[in-house]
Amino acid sequence: MNNTIKQVFRSPKFLVGFIIFSMILLTAVIYPVIVRDPPLAILGQGTFFEPGVYVSTFDTFQAKRYKLDLEDAATKRIAARLGPQERQDLKAWLVTAGVPEASIDTSDTTALMDLWVNTYDPAKSEGMTSAKRNYYERLDLSLKGILGTEGVIIATTNAETGLLEESDSFARDDFVNLNQIPVVRVLPLGTDNFGRDMLTELIAATRTSLLIGFVAGIVATSIGLILGLMAGYIGGIVDDFIMFVTNLFTVIPSFVLLILISFSIGQESRGAFTIAVVIGLTSWVWTTRAVRAQVFSLRNRDHVNLSKLSGHSIFRIMLKDILPYIASYVVMALILQISSGILAEAALSILGLGPKTTEVPTLGLMMNWAMIYSAHVTGKWWAYIPVLVDIALVSFSMNLMNTGLDQVFNPALRE
Amino acid sequence: MAEESKQERKVCLRGTNLTKRFGFGRSQMVAVDHVDFQFYESEIISIVGESGSGKTTLAKMLLGLISSSDGDIYFQEQKRDIRSQKKKKEYWKNIQAIFQDPFSSYNTFIKIDEVLLDCINMRGGKKLPHAKKVELMTEACSFVNLKFAELTNKYPFELSGGQMQRLMIARIFLLKPKILIADEPTSMIDACSRATILDMLLALRKETGMTLIFITHDIGLAYFVSDSVYIMERGKFVESGTADSVILHAKEAYTKRLINDVPKIHEEWDLSTV
Ligand SMILES: Nc1ncnc2c1ncn2[C@@H]1O[C@H](COP(=O)(O)OP(=O)(O)OP(=O)(O)O)[C@@H](O)[C@H]1O
Ligand SMILES: [Mg+2]
Repeated sequence: MNNTIKQVFRSPKFLVGFIIFSMILLTAVIYPVIVRDPPLAILGQGTFFEPGVYVSTFDTFQAKRYKLDLEDAATKRIAARLGPQERQDLKAWLVTAGVPEASIDTSDTTALMDLWVNTYDPAKSEGMTSAKRNYYERLDLSLKGILGTEGVIIATTNAETGLLEESDSFARDDFVNLNQIPVVRVLPLGTDNFGRDMLTELIAATRTSLLIGFVAGIVATSIGLILGLMAGYIGGIVDDFIMFVTNLFTVIPSFVLLILISFSIGQESRGAFTIAVVIGLTSWVWTTRAVRAQVFSLRNRDHVNLSKLSGHSIFRIMLKDILPYIASYVVMALILQISSGILAEAALSILGLGPKTTEVPTLGLMMNWAMIYSAHVTGKWWAYIPVLVDIALVSFSMNLMNTGLDQVFNPALRE
Repeated sequence: MAEESKQERKVCLRGTNLTKRFGFGRSQMVAVDHVDFQFYESEIISIVGESGSGKTTLAKMLLGLISSSDGDIYFQEQKRDIRSQKKKKEYWKNIQAIFQDPFSSYNTFIKIDEVLLDCINMRGGKKLPHAKKVELMTEACSFVNLKFAELTNKYPFELSGGQMQRLMIARIFLLKPKILIADEPTSMIDACSRATILDMLLALRKETGMTLIFITHDIGLAYFVSDSVYIMERGKFVESGTADSVILHAKEAYTKRLINDVPKIHEEWDLSTV
């Protein structure tokens, strides 16, 4: 037994899969202990905030101010103001104004700005639509504003007179120390369409999905194991009956069955646990078949005969003389069932038939939300790529463990 | 053996028309084909036949491990009834076996102690004090030249083939059944251990007076050890009778061929080639 476990952990495939899986599992367990936010709490007043560090503007005004003389501050500001689209527009104007196209480098902000400041003249915009002309004038103005030196004045309304009064002002070389700002929120994966913190939600979803996978896998494997053992060992009418039911379930694709059952349960009573059990109840078929086949080849072995001759009961023979011989196989089946349970939940949820949306997030539900709010169309990658990667990593690691186990237990597969 | 002495002895196992078919339709094959036999108490019987002649299949039917397709088995002149688990258990107190392949006879996940304890329990010794059980197991092991103290807490796969088969005999020593079927117990182990195993089996038979059904493909061995011999060819008993009458005065060509395969049949028997 110990020896087998050692051998399993010596298999590189199993080890890699096991490490990835344990890391996911550990994160899912430890993160909620450290970050105690409820995963479905809505933070953002708006949809799909980009990943980043969010600093309170109010606190920035209040914080102690420092003067820093940075030469490249203006360039950086310009660079941030000039998106790829603006750069193309500048280039287009410059080309119409007669600057040779080859001498314009849109990626060099300083050179581009120099060229622009020296060449731009609203009078040269002839031949453009007035909208275009105005656009260039506005762009020029805002760029010049950035290049300027004046600061910003903060005004507050006087409560008595109702007039605006200057209360504070900022110069361009004013800085605050981020460490001195009390309210900062890091959103490593931004927010989703509801304004929830994606990372917290993703980790909670991973946990729920793993739980769904475990429950579904254990339900499916237990049913498959018990039916397979009975069909294979007892044989006769029992076998015929079990195989009849199994064939019935084989003919109906289990996913169709899953959809029908989920649909008929109704959105309101579809909890994560119910969905997990339903997934388990529709996916035991191939475990039954596989276990039955294995038991068939075992039941006439001499060690089973010897056990019979020692007067052992059918139950004890199944438990002690058959089960240990197929245990490795059952573990592999369980791992596969867990990973396919997770995928089944994701598939169901994408179809809108997953667990109800108000209680817990699941990986499938997160995909569903991202899809409904067209995150994939509007380029809000953080709303679905991390979920996809997560699903892929979970099922990849489990399949890797499985392949590793397979190689240990079926020496014929070893390279 | 004289005819009248046979009359006095009790028949312990009798079969009529015993048949086993495997498969259905075209692929059907008859492994045991309408065989009749009677085995007497305390007798040593040999069933001899080449590989695939149906010896193991017959043994499994006698043991009640597989059902027969046709025919009846009588145990102590009563039609054998093993329809319930309880009756099976009762039957198996009377009839035990040693299988062909020691390496597949043991459950690799169960320790040697448990194998032996099962036998004590089967004989109704479940409530015995632990020390008494250990004493019984030690006695059984020393009968087959094994040291229980060295075997305890070990798994069967840690033993050699010969040791495994000796442990099987120790099992029989504890069970003391009325009938023992030994299915080619020496065919899978090295030549040196064969004679020892055979000696131990014969010694155990002498001590308990059990009926020994010896299955072998080796007619020389059958001649050497048994009272009666049954020759099996493709599922049928082609010849049977006392060892002398069957082997020294063989009628069937098949029997003669089996005899010719053993060069030294009329000479002094060399146990090491068994
Ligand atoms: N469970 C089974 N299903 C189908 N055929 C079987 C089965 N068991 C045995 N047979 C067939 O029955 C025939 C007799 O087999 P059996 O094992 O009784 O031979 P044997 O005399 O013991 O041979 P050996 O000396 O090699 O042990 C063989 O042809 C075998 O293929
Ligand atoms: Mg055989």
